[in-house]
Amino acid sequence: MFYSARFWGGLRGVINLLLAVYMLAPLVVILIISFSSALFLSFPPPGFSLQYYEKMFSNPTWTRTLWTSVKIMVPSAVIATVLGTAAALALSRMESRWAVLIRGLLMAPLIIPVIITAAAIFGVFRIWGLYGTLPGLILAHVILTLPYVMSTVSANLAVFDKRLEDAAANCGAPPFTAFRRVTLPLISPAVLSGMLFAMVISFDELIVSLFLSTPTIRPVTVQMWSNIRGDTDPTIAAIATVLFLFSLFALLIDGLARRKSGRAPGL
Amino acid sequence: MIAKLRSIWLVLPAVLLIGICFIYPVAWLLQRSVSEPVWGLQNYAEIFTKSIYLGVLWNTVTIAGVTTLLCALFGFPVAYSMVHSRPWLRKLLIFVVLIPFWTSILVRSFAWLVILQGGGIINDFLTGVGLIAEPLELVYNRLGVLLGMVQVLLPFMVFPLYSVMARIDGSYVKAATNLGANPIRAFFRIYLPLCLPGLLTGAMLVFIISLGYFITPALLGGRGDIMIAQLIFERIDEFGDWALASALAIVLLVGTALLFGFVSLLLKLRGKGV
Repeated sequence: MFYSARFWGGLRGVINLLLAVYMLAPLVVILIISFSSALFLSFPPPGFSLQYYEKMFSNPTWTRTLWTSVKIMVPSAVIATVLGTAAALALSRMESRWAVLIRGLLMAPLIIPVIITAAAIFGVFRIWGLYGTLPGLILAHVILTLPYVMSTVSANLAVFDKRLEDAAANCGAPPFTAFRRVTLPLISPAVLSGMLFAMVISFDELIVSLFLSTPTIRPVTVQMWSNIRGDTDPTIAAIATVLFLFSLFALLIDGLARRKSGRAPGL
Repeated sequence: MIAKLRSIWLVLPAVLLIGICFIYPVAWLLQRSVSEPVWGLQNYAEIFTKSIYLGVLWNTVTIAGVTTLLCALFGFPVAYSMVHSRPWLRKLLIFVVLIPFWTSILVRSFAWLVILQGGGIINDFLTGVGLIAEPLELVYNRLGVLLGMVQVLLPFMVFPLYSVMARIDGSYVKAATNLGANPIRAFFRIYLPLCLPGLLTGAMLVFIISLGYFITPALLGGRGDIMIAQLIFERIDEFGDWALASALAIVLLVGTALLFGFVSLLLKLRGKGV
């Protein structure tokens, strides 16, 4: 029995099932509870309603913090995308020790533990007067998301045929036109992918925001953090669902963009 | 040459930003750690001699170690299953492993609280059917921390393993069994050593990332499970104690960097066939 294929096949099935339950159960529970009609946390819920979503959108604490998160996410993702893409393009042309060094420098915020980045930025931003301000939070989020954009675009540039751009230049296109008409369309799925990544990370970010935010400028994750530690109000499940749907939505757009680019000629 | 100069202008904004808003602050932190309240290494001496700080360092290393072990034990069969499944099932498994990766760490921790706490789903069910009289302590302790951390970090173990396993030639194991090795011996002597680079990369990734973990242990752990990151946060947030917080951060930074360097070296050596 120990050596039989059936035994091992069965074991694999059990492991797969265990994996699915372990990874998905928490999420499923949150989704169900967010639609509960009970007045307190109970599972399984006695019925379904949208009361917690109504609560979320009628409570100024949640709407204000959600809006703050958006106000941080959009500018930081745009800045990180522009700077990260520019850096990736530059590094793909610099074939030297400098490129390795600069890449390492720009990737550092991704490698070192976020708590260190958070403490360091908090200390310095307080001196510079950026603590508790929107620009301060945006700047900090750019630092955290830039490496993701850069590495996504770099990975795409590694398989990009530089001769295409050379060909455009040889046909008389000025450098910027060659970039805009040839390079950019080819790497745009990766740029979009990097930007979505940056948006999701910024929206979900907690640690740096925890250090930099004040009660007046507070992203939704920080508000959730202070509420979770008190009690398990099902409204948080509704917000958690919104956060999850946002990530899923980004993932979906990314998948669609990739599929579309897969059909594009030359890639 | 002209192209090279242009490249510098393209990369300069990013370098300046990271330099001013990241490298400088970390350097500032390093300086604080040796100059607060006076110049010297007294803060580091305190960390490595006082039992509270040693306790937290010990927690950090053991929680990271056990998380790594559990990720390896669970991740290995999962990766194996992925490699040897039909394409549709493989895609599904990859999706399942990546789902927590795409959900906020807060969302996941909150979900675990709802499931595990005293009046949570598991305890409600077990007391409801009469299996237990008193709720089990499933969270605010080491168990809760490990459950939460393994779930988040599993992808970092599974994907390096998967990429290595997918390239293993099945005929090696077959040859061993044909030559008379029993399957268990063939697994330990042939298959496992071939998986070692993936296992090593995964283990180091999980371990290094675990060392700096903050949210999951803070929400799911108890007072006895405080890890270094949480201590740094509390020192700054509650006491404004930059002396110790900055020294702790530098200890974490150096520890992470040393491990990272060690692993890169090891993988490079392996790559050269040493």
